[in-house]
Amino acid sequence: MSETHQLAVGDRVVHKTFPPISRHRLALYCGASGDHNPIHVDLDFAKAAGYPDVFAHGMLVMACLGQALTDAIPPPRLRTFATRFVAITQLGARLTCEGHVAEFVEHEGERCARLALTTKDENGDVKLAGEAVIAI
Amino acid sequence: MVDHSAVGRRLAPVTARVEPGRLRFFRETLGESNPVYNDAAAAKAAGYAATPVPPTYLFCLEMMDAEQAFEFLDVLGADLKQVLHGEQRFTYKAPVMVGDTLRFEPHIASITDKKGGAMTLAVVETRVTNQHGVHVADCSRTVVVLNKVTA
Repeated sequence: MSETHQLAVGDRVVHKTFPPISRHRLALYCGASGDHNPIHVDLDFAKAAGYPDVFAHGMLVMACLGQALTDAIPPPRLRTFATRFVAITQLGARLTCEGHVAEFVEHEGERCARLALTTKDENGDVKLAGEAVIAI
Repeated sequence: MVDHSAVGRRLAPVTARVEPGRLRFFRETLGESNPVYNDAAAAKAAGYAATPVPPTYLFCLEMMDAEQAFEFLDVLGADLKQVLHGEQRFTYKAPVMVGDTLRFEPHIASITDKKGGAMTLAVVETRVTNQHGVHVADCSRTVVVLNKVTA
């Protein structure tokens, strides 16, 4: 979608699914992101911290949500992008990122839409709950 | 317990260059195929002077080029085994593109105990400017510290 001027409250504008999160992708993200926290790639470390296995970086999941967002909304329109990390995203999770128009707002003097965003796994469990403000 | 006197403390500033090779590695890791991030002509058509970065990449640039990526843990008196990422916010003010050199200036904005001290939320806010002194973004990271509860 490249036009954003005909939006209405409730419109679902963001929708994208992602392949299962593999150990390989966590290792790649560790290097690509500069986030070398071993809890995401080193099973021994994760277990010592009390977790049954390694788990996804929250920011890897947010990067997926960001990708879904800018597939739908031209990046120059993005004003804010925020999420809460509601629950840990496990290995193998198949993520679905969605967003709908929650309301129209004014942001620093500019007419904008606020999108409500979620990322869920294949069981429908919410992993991220967030929002983006986009210029319209 | 988390050291509450850290509120207001400035962390070491980070200078990070948006390098095309590192950015390509990030795109490939995410399977990012949007032409605006992959094709200079598409970026130009979208109004950018050069290839822009995806919306969460600012977080990566700061960590990649920090001398101590987890300095905030030392300041809070916590370790990696007891923290989770609670929230993340980006406010975008100007484009960030390949070739830019960014300066990140983080500080500890707040520290709040929750659940009777079982956890502590620490907010790190970071102002980001580019090589022209333009304020391009603000980032806000909420770190959840799971405190060791002694009965």
